[in-house]
Amino acid sequence: MNVPTLTIAGIQEGLRSRQFSAAELASEALKFAAAENPKTNAYLLLSEERAIQAARNVDAALARGEDPGVLAGVPIAVKDVIVTKGLRTTCGSRLLEHFVPPYDATAVERMEKAGALIVGKANCDEFAMGSSNENSAFGPVRNPVAPDRVPGGSSGGSAAVVAQGTAVASLGSDTGGSIRQPASFCGVVGVTPTYGRVSRYGLVAFASSLDHIGPFARNVHDAALLLQVIAGRDARDATSAFAPVPDYRQSMQQDVKGLRIGLPKEYFDGLGDETGLQIRKGIELLRSQGCEVVEVSLPHTQYAIACYYIICTAEASSNLARYDGVRYTTRSANAKTMIDMYRMTRGEAFGAECKRRIMLGTYVLSAGYYDAYYLKAQKVRALIAGDFQRAFEKVDALVTPVSPFPAFKLGEKLDDPIQMYLSDIYTITGDLAGVPCMSVPCGVTREGLPVGMQILTRHFDEPGMFRLAAAFERAGGFSV
Amino acid sequence: MKITEQEVRYVAGLAHLQLTDQEIARMARDLGDILTHIEKLNELDTSGAAPMAQVLYDAPETATLREDQPGGTLANADALANAPLSGAGQFKVPKIIER
Repeated sequence: MNVPTLTIAGIQEGLRSRQFSAAELASEALKFAAAENPKTNAYLLLSEERAIQAARNVDAALARGEDPGVLAGVPIAVKDVIVTKGLRTTCGSRLLEHFVPPYDATAVERMEKAGALIVGKANCDEFAMGSSNENSAFGPVRNPVAPDRVPGGSSGGSAAVVAQGTAVASLGSDTGGSIRQPASFCGVVGVTPTYGRVSRYGLVAFASSLDHIGPFARNVHDAALLLQVIAGRDARDATSAFAPVPDYRQSMQQDVKGLRIGLPKEYFDGLGDETGLQIRKGIELLRSQGCEVVEVSLPHTQYAIACYYIICTAEASSNLARYDGVRYTTRSANAKTMIDMYRMTRGEAFGAECKRRIMLGTYVLSAGYYDAYYLKAQKVRALIAGDFQRAFEKVDALVTPVSPFPAFKLGEKLDDPIQMYLSDIYTITGDLAGVPCMSVPCGVTREGLPVGMQILTRHFDEPGMFRLAAAFERAGGFSV
Repeated sequence: MKITEQEVRYVAGLAHLQLTDQEIARMARDLGDILTHIEKLNELDTSGAAPMAQVLYDAPETATLREDQPGGTLANADALANAPLSGAGQFKVPKIIER
């Protein structure tokens, strides 16, 4: 078996035809991950014991002639903001360096029930705040495609392990682009489903009206299959959607003749030359597959970043208030009073980006400013969501770039938070509107850096999104 | 938009966040820059827009209501396992009331 090129379908075939056992696969995959990880720092922890136990369960089920589940034997990494019972979960923060959760996230529970092997926890920006993975307290992740460059963020580790081949698939989280942007930088598939499609029970909260869990994989089918397993109503997350989860495999077999694709003109102004060139090649390929391509407008796009950084920081400042030195492992050794315990624990343990967002969020929610900032942003958010609604009356899907540029160099944007925030322009809007969106590989630049193409569809139209993405992949779009 | 170090200190107090003098100076600059960008929203007339308080909810308002059912809960020791300081089945914190 060749670990870095395994697919979910290939593993199922290998297990059924007895080419390898799940236990053999697990130990090969873990060995490979341990050997390769120093090149990228993508894993913060490898969970040998848990993966091998899960693999033995798969082998036992196969020996009894039972169905071991659709993810049987599949090595999967989990972003370190998603809790795993008994497995340290740091959120990339010094504050949670020793935190061992007492329960599993619903998504993790569902994957393991389907036979998946949780092989480790993936590095990320601290509390999922960042676009480069340089905000991790445990060191940055290097892009497997170009080790002097960032893998994107905040789910940089989740993208890197899939690109590097040290996991077949992974879970990430997306609040403003944290799945799609690293997927595009590393040349893998990354999916942000409809808001509420996947339960967030066990996802450490950053900005609750924007947070999503979603899959990374090396092809569209694997990503869709993983989403299929984790999607669906969960009574433990009141915001999880009731809508039934359709069989995504059916839609992926359909062709795309006659589908109407919209290109939002605001997303193509000021686009980097090489990225623009690749995306236009991708669009031509879709046209050649029978799609009808039209220009549309999302007129409030220019306000998205301002709107997003009010809402996400306001919500983050509330969500991160729980790290007060009482319950979560870390307390300042120097604090003598209760208030000092709060202030010093937080001051000593949070990194610079978390502090910046807590401060901005506290500022915009503080007395006298609520209407001017948070309420205003919520109204702008409604206008942005309205833009999408109107566009989807005319077209079946929107196609855009994921990022204005490919992976940048480590350290290149670290000192300029505004520049870093502005790079999220094409991904933030999908989160604000709550629509499903994904990044698919769309060739590389002259330097060999991956470019990602974004596909967005109506609420709960993951089938339409996967249909387009699968047709694009079949037509050779990944290396267009 | 200009944010003074005094304003930064006030907000840091609200957030229970200790910052060094160096961090305060940097924060004043960063917050000023970000808030300047955010002022862009004032260009936009939002008088006709309803605030988007809920992203998406695809069921009747009562869909999440049900009879009370006792469920599992964390054992006391599990709930306390990550506490920086605990004792007698409780989280321990510095003394709040002087006797």
